[in-house]
Amino acid sequence: MTTAAVGIKGVTKRFGDVVAVDHIDLEIADGEFFSLLGPSGCGKTTTLRMIAGLEYPTEGSITIHGEEMGLRPPNKRPVNTVFQSYALFPHMTVTGNVAFGLQMQKISEDETRRRVGEAIDLVRLSGMENRRPGMLSGGQQQRVALARALVNRPEVLLLDEPLGALDLKLRQAMQLELKEIQREVGITFVYVTHDQEEALTMSDRIAVMNEGQLLQVAPSEEIYERPNTRFVAEFIGETNLISGTVVEPGIVKLADGRLVKARTHSGAGTAVTLNLRPEKIDLHHTEESVPEHFNKLSGTIVRRLYFGDSLFYEVDFGHSIVDAREENRPGRERFAEGAPIIAAFHPDSAEALTE
Amino acid sequence: MTTRDGSALTRRLDRILKGHAWFVYLFFYLPILVLIVFSFNESRFFTWEALSLRWYRQMFANDNLMAALWASLQVAAVSTVISTALGTAAALALERYKRFLGKRTFDALLYLPVIIPDVTMAAMLLVFFTSLGRQLSITTIVLSHIAFNISFVSIVVRARLANLDPALEEAAADLYAGRWQAFRKITLPLIMPGVLGGALLALTLSLDDVVITQFVKGPDTLPTFVFGLIKRGVTPEINAVSTLMLTASVVLVLGSLALQRRN
Ligand SMILES: Nc1ncnc2c1ncn2[C@@H]1O[C@H](COP(=O)(O)OP(=O)(O)OP(=O)(O)O)[C@@H](O)[C@H]1O
Ligand SMILES: [Mg+2]
Repeated sequence: MTTAAVGIKGVTKRFGDVVAVDHIDLEIADGEFFSLLGPSGCGKTTTLRMIAGLEYPTEGSITIHGEEMGLRPPNKRPVNTVFQSYALFPHMTVTGNVAFGLQMQKISEDETRRRVGEAIDLVRLSGMENRRPGMLSGGQQQRVALARALVNRPEVLLLDEPLGALDLKLRQAMQLELKEIQREVGITFVYVTHDQEEALTMSDRIAVMNEGQLLQVAPSEEIYERPNTRFVAEFIGETNLISGTVVEPGIVKLADGRLVKARTHSGAGTAVTLNLRPEKIDLHHTEESVPEHFNKLSGTIVRRLYFGDSLFYEVDFGHSIVDAREENRPGRERFAEGAPIIAAFHPDSAEALTE
Repeated sequence: MTTRDGSALTRRLDRILKGHAWFVYLFFYLPILVLIVFSFNESRFFTWEALSLRWYRQMFANDNLMAALWASLQVAAVSTVISTALGTAAALALERYKRFLGKRTFDALLYLPVIIPDVTMAAMLLVFFTSLGRQLSITTIVLSHIAFNISFVSIVVRARLANLDPALEEAAADLYAGRWQAFRKITLPLIMPGVLGGALLALTLSLDDVVITQFVKGPDTLPTFVFGLIKRGVTPEINAVSTLMLTASVVLVLGSLALQRRN
């Protein structure tokens, strides 16, 4: 068994009466791209700061590669941080900023020069070495912050919403770049974001947090396909939540009495919420074209929205309104508002959640 | 707004206000102008005779005056250095440590010297020194100047610190800097304009102070010496001294403002 890059055991952090982080347990593997995802104020930054040593847990312990961190100050921890505001030193050049960590560690001048050069190349900032942060664009500042942290070859790199200040296009480009750099250097990344799409595209695993607690820790796909709670299902992507009752394993009765096949995890009689993603629903004019084992529910289109790459329908099932999304592909049938339709979905696409 | 209705009254009010501003300037600066002009006058009376540096020569030949100038410079130099160090430290403590025992009290007390009248401060210091059984000397002047200058320095430095992103110091710590290194390499260079501005302000205040120095002095400083001279009647020599002091003060204050503005 290998020891985790970061081990968090029973960690709680209180600020006076506020419980910022509420008894979390977490193991982050070596070389992993790990994201902490959750709404504003859920304790992501606080968790990251405790790993960095900028904040100390009220209770619990944090280890890095098995070594207990305790009250060790940030300058004695083998981790580096990319701050949300970048926190670049305004009175130093790009080179000065990137070299700072190495100088503090008393690395020889030759090696410092070499490693700073490499780091600046890695983040593609060659030619900007002598500029001050004030003379750089947001994206360039972000790269300096990244180079300044990476140059120290930390065991773990902590990133607090590093792309939050960038516009959408640049953010998407930087997401790919960051992911590439992480693969290249092989360092464990702990990445804080409240952008679910960003977390899904970049991470090996995601931890979804809410109100200081960890709700689910799982690989990206599992978080999206198999959320374990209503909160996670709603927070990640769009979804339909339909309430019902388990009749027998694999069968759920909806509020209007209709039966659907679903993935259930609890016994007969339990109240559940079906999680059904809009893109998992196929719309048909008649039942004939629906595969045998699919669920079939009849309804009426009440609204159609054109998104370019897809069409978005609101379907009225009598008791509830469900969103469905169909890719905009040639030959695909389109449905008019008011048209009666059959909504079909695979039983595996409907997860019965109890929480 | 004033011209919309175009009434004669508002236009007249405008003119009165403008005239009033000029009058205030005149009131402030005319005496200064007179002083400067007559410091270069050959005559000892307030009638213009000829341009001359006579009084400046006489001033530099006056041993007592030179001793007072020397004392002033010593007091100013020492009190500036010490109050700048202590004032900066106080500013750091108040801005960086959000909570410590007695912070609010300390915060309020620190600004007391700015608010209370000089005479009160002077009397307090005198009582303090006498109760300690201290001989009044140049040391007591220095200590007194330090006492009031700390407040001014820390106000100026705090303004600068308040604009400093605390994440910068965290970033330094995260990049393996110890506390002292983070201060030396990051905090200090970034608040330096504030520190220097505060120091120049302290220097000016120390060089200008009469009231407090008068109470706690041993030897005369330049301002108290001039004050003493005036009791025996105004001589053009005083004009010359005052002109020099004025020039020094203006240069220092402008320097201080320029440093505080610099980014
Ligand atoms: N220094 C502090 N003093 C008091 N309360 C704090 C402090 N730092 C954080 N908190 C509180 O702890 C909770 C978690 O804050 P945290 O900054 O970790 O949230 P976050 O998940 O990073 O949110 P965001 O997405 O907005 O950055 C919040 O309720 C916050 O108000
Ligand atoms: Mg945060």
